[in-house]
Amino acid sequence: MGRMKFLCDAERCIECNGCVTACKNEHEVPWGVNRRRVVTMNDGVPGERSISVACMHCSDAPCMAVCPTDCFYKTEDGVVLHDKDKCIGCGYCFFACPFGAPQFPNGPAAFGARGKMDKCTFCAGGPEETGSAAEYEKYGSNRLAQGKLPLCAEMCSTKALIAGDADVVANIFRERVLRRGTGAEVWGWDAAYGGGERKQERKREGQS
Amino acid sequence: MSSTLKSIALAALAGSTLLGLSACSEVPQVTVYEQGQYRGKADTRPWEGGEFKGDRAAWEKALKERARGQNEYNRIQ
Repeated sequence: MGRMKFLCDAERCIECNGCVTACKNEHEVPWGVNRRRVVTMNDGVPGERSISVACMHCSDAPCMAVCPTDCFYKTEDGVVLHDKDKCIGCGYCFFACPFGAPQFPNGPAAFGARGKMDKCTFCAGGPEETGSAAEYEKYGSNRLAQGKLPLCAEMCSTKALIAGDADVVANIFRERVLRRGTGAEVWGWDAAYGGGERKQERKREGQS
Repeated sequence: MSSTLKSIALAALAGSTLLGLSACSEVPQVTVYEQGQYRGKADTRPWEGGEFKGDRAAWEKALKERARGQNEYNRIQ
């Protein structure tokens, strides 16, 4: 098994926030904490693009590097997790993370008042007994131990957000890009769901 | 009287020059980073607990199938 990764296809994301809702519900994430969110660039302007962002489970994670209590660890599958019992809520990881993934239940507050850091776990739980109530309470559901992928990706209606082993995810995206073609004309429905070769095939067959 | 003032002024000038120059010295500024070690609780691997009961191959197969299922082109072929 290689490295677990998320990939969000900006051509497909329709800013439905289904991933955000799925994550919130699956892990019963407290109010004010958003493990995943959808960011839209040029909102309202033709050609706007949205992308779903959470912890990217970096190969060389800056949060791990700056943590003064060394509460982060990386699993064999490349998932970056942390021990909430060791976290002191200093917020260093928040400043180090380029994606804004670390979240604090008490929001922007003074040092020591922010609470334990919370972030996306790739639905892999944390350092508690697998499937236990303690694991669920601190880190949320452990879907990976059930042989399932993160719910945000599995729930994505347009399959803009895909998750899993980096090789598989990269292959899916490669096939997608090859089918929809390249260039400035790549946008809209055909680009996302079958322009390129498939459209040309249909044209040749006289279907459209 | 004037020579006393002169010597005091000279001493003050020498002192302030010395004080000013002391800031020009260079101290080594190379940081030595230490590799941290995870200090939290040990975690079980995903295939160890739960329904796979240590069968790593079965877990990997299940996850791979699930990941491949995200490719909707597979469904139309």
